Amino acid sequence: MSNETVVDEAGRPIEIVEGLPGVVADWSSDQRVFKRVPWGKAMMWFFLLSDTFIFSIFLTSYMTVRMTTTVPWPNTSEVFALTVFGNHIPLILIAIMTFILISSSGTMAMAVKFGYEKKRKITTFLILATALFGASFVGMQVFEWSKLIVEEGIRPWGNPMGAAQFGSSFFMITGFHGFHVSVGVILLLIVARKVWTGDLENRRPGFFTGRKGGYEIVEIVGLYWHFVDLVWVFIFAFFYLW
Amino acid sequence: MSEVTTEEPSHPIAIYFWVWGLLFVLSAMSYMVDYVQFQGYLRWSLILLFMFLKAGLIIAVFMHMRYERLALTCAILIPMGCLLVLIGLMSFEANHIYDTRGAYLDAAPGIMLVDESEKLH
Repeated sequence: MSNETVVDEAGRPIEIVEGLPGVVADWSSDQRVFKRVPWGKAMMWFFLLSDTFIFSIFLTSYMTVRMTTTVPWPNTSEVFALTVFGNHIPLILIAIMTFILISSSGTMAMAVKFGYEKKRKITTFLILATALFGASFVGMQVFEWSKLIVEEGIRPWGNPMGAAQFGSSFFMITGFHGFHVSVGVILLLIVARKVWTGDLENRRPGFFTGRKGGYEIVEIVGLYWHFVDLVWVFIFAFFYLW
Repeated sequence: MSEVTTEEPSHPIAIYFWVWGLLFVLSAMSYMVDYVQFQGYLRWSLILLFMFLKAGLIIAVFMHMRYERLALTCAILIPMGCLLVLIGLMSFEANHIYDTRGAYLDAAPGIMLVDESEKLH
């Protein structure tokens, strides 16, 4: 175990302990808990923990209504099928949306890496690519929703294919997720601008809170973005495939 | 002695491409579960397997959880265990509601009564 000592912002020495004793040391040190973790990152993790509970409650209530209804559940494979160039392909739009969101996570992870290496141009480009993937995801979701509402006649209170709860679960869960993606795109654009103009590199105070931030901000917004992708993994499995 | 907010050690870019590719493969495989129409327990276990593998890769590598302080990892991951209790209780209750609906009030009368009595004999 290699114990290392660093100093905090106020110049006080802090011993960094690794492994399981490190958990005890972190929590019992009578100082900031997560050594060497920027406070913004720890707070983002706690926000994501609470958001996990929100999405889990949505998915659990979906599980409950699906288990309790005695009316057959609509076949998602068919409901979300598209006819492309005369070929009837099940779930194809959802599959494309999945690949797009995964790709956006890939570009975001690389943006975080290049951000810490202080490569401004490539970081900005990768964040903008992430935002573009995210915006196209939302666009496809708009297409999916309008097709379901206008052509298939699905409403939150009923639909022609089966259990009425299908519509309420679908609009609630995918709507809340789409809202998260939209907010994420806005956050990404703000951070891309901060990287591009050198606000992060020169630690200029932010326009909203007046706090100074460095490249850990790219990682923090990245955490949010990966979480949005993570939620989609669960929605894809439980709502579309189950 | 270094500053407390030292920057993350840089990771080789290859790991992100690897995880990206793996996530693509796993997504394609979970899509194939529907495409070839696996049903029943095979379908459900494959969906869960690919889902947990994808979630694990995203959390561990993309979200840097494997490089994080153990204290933070515990603080974030352990509370999620509560969700298992929620899911367990709700499915327990949902089964009961389904049974009573079938027995007492549904449009398709007696669905559950027939099924249950068949199970008993």
